[in-house]
Amino acid sequence: MIPVLSASALRKRYGASEVVAGLDLALKPGECFGLLGPNGAGKTTTLRLLLGLTRPDGGSISLLGLPVPENAREARLKVGVVPQVDSLDPDFTVTENLLVYGRYFGLKDHDIRARIPALLEFAELESKAEASIESLSGGMKRRLTLARALVNDPDVIFLDEPTTGLDPQARHMMWQRLRRLLGAGKTILLTTHFMEEAERLCDRLLIMDKGVAVTTGAPRDLIAEHIEPHVVEIYGGEGKPDCAGLCQRQEQVGETLFCYAADPHALLERLQQQCELRYLHRPSNLEDVFLKLTGRELRE
Amino acid sequence: MTQQTNYSPPSLSWRFVSVWRRNFLVWRKLAIPSILGNLADPAFYMLGLGYGLGSLLPEVGGVSYMTFLAAGTLCYSTMNSATFESLYSAFSRMHVQKTWDAMLNAPLELDDVMLGELVWATSKSVLSGIAILVIILALGLANSWLLLWTLPLLVLIGFCFTGLALVMNALSPNYDFFMYYFTLAITPMVLLCGVFYPVEQLPAFLQAVANWLPLTHAIQLARPLVQGEWPQHVISHVGVLLAYGGGGFYLALVLVRRRLLK
Repeated sequence: MIPVLSASALRKRYGASEVVAGLDLALKPGECFGLLGPNGAGKTTTLRLLLGLTRPDGGSISLLGLPVPENAREARLKVGVVPQVDSLDPDFTVTENLLVYGRYFGLKDHDIRARIPALLEFAELESKAEASIESLSGGMKRRLTLARALVNDPDVIFLDEPTTGLDPQARHMMWQRLRRLLGAGKTILLTTHFMEEAERLCDRLLIMDKGVAVTTGAPRDLIAEHIEPHVVEIYGGEGKPDCAGLCQRQEQVGETLFCYAADPHALLERLQQQCELRYLHRPSNLEDVFLKLTGRELRE
Repeated sequence: MTQQTNYSPPSLSWRFVSVWRRNFLVWRKLAIPSILGNLADPAFYMLGLGYGLGSLLPEVGGVSYMTFLAAGTLCYSTMNSATFESLYSAFSRMHVQKTWDAMLNAPLELDDVMLGELVWATSKSVLSGIAILVIILALGLANSWLLLWTLPLLVLIGFCFTGLALVMNALSPNYDFFMYYFTLAITPMVLLCGVFYPVEQLPAFLQAVANWLPLTHAIQLARPLVQGEWPQHVISHVGVLLAYGGGGFYLALVLVRRRLLK
């Protein structure tokens, strides 16, 4: 299968720091691919490189069969972008935003107008067609930005942190829309900080840190590969039992003890004997993988 | 397509039209206050200074003070309109509203966006100039067909000052930065370039300064045309305006590529 988007040995340097330091990735048609990483890992720079908005210092990119950045403009004719920072036109209504954006693709007014009802339906903004942008909620703005990215019926959609700042309802609504797009055969590349989002949506993902890929694969495979299936979190400063023999691995973070176990029964029995202890038993998840691979220190 | 660098010449394409149309649609929504501003502000200048100050003065440069002032107002009003649009409005679109970012995610290049801004601000400033021409005709200050030549001149003035202002836009970290340009470039031009009195009234060193400023050259073309005469040294005046505008636009493009495509 020919990749929809591929990059090899991608490099980008700003001054002394190499923000992207030899990255390889390839997206198969119709998959949802997640780009994960802590702040400053190089995710947004990678997206900018892949869209041809900045020139790489090394490596090669192919987007929809076209070399980037040389033919990035032609490639973007079939790409939709949902940027991290809201860039809707505040002077326009919802409909005008879609119309004006369609013109940037060289589309004719009557062709764009013919598409607008379906785009509004997709974004559940039919009743807001003539509303001003400032009257929209955060979730509505995001959905309009997504609808705007679909005005050219793209084959690939780039989403940079599409649900940051949204409440749970709006986030679930956004996920439904993205699943509908995947169902329609679109390829999606998304960056996110939300492991739950990546675990739910992405067929495959790449965790990057300091400009390089730390690991790549399907969410379930990554969890199975890196983390024991059970996690027990034990809270509180005093009186924790010695768990060393009862789990494979443990980690003390502040006052919380994380115990990773293949079979947690012995550990749970031991904990039940101390009724004053607060603890949580849960299956391991992508966040455990992420924190194990990129570390727990803050990136600010 | 060959690899573009920050110093490549502008790549011109008709794609700029969609950028121009976006700005036009915004303008259309605010057209009435905008046209009123174009008309009322310079009209009060011309009427107030023309009658008030003009009544104290003998003929200036061989014509009534009002007629003398008309050509100056025509040029400086066009300059102001181009400048404001390319500073505050373009900066909002580039930096605050992220309109340019949205365009760059679509199949537009930065050069298309900049060309769209150049043509847009020029168009808007020509409209301001036309508003002054309407006042000039309404007051009966001009009665020669040569006045029609001011129309291409307005395009040239708009182009020149848009090109220069886009350099400031590319350099600016925030809106306050534009005060430097007003204080150090626009105000001296308004006062030294012959809007209110002939440049020849100034001491030699200030005349020398005025000769380097583009507004002087615009006025030396506009004033004879308003008064029904063919201007002198047309080619050199036009050359200066083209050089400032073209040089400014190229420099602005280099700076903005460095700013946004890094």
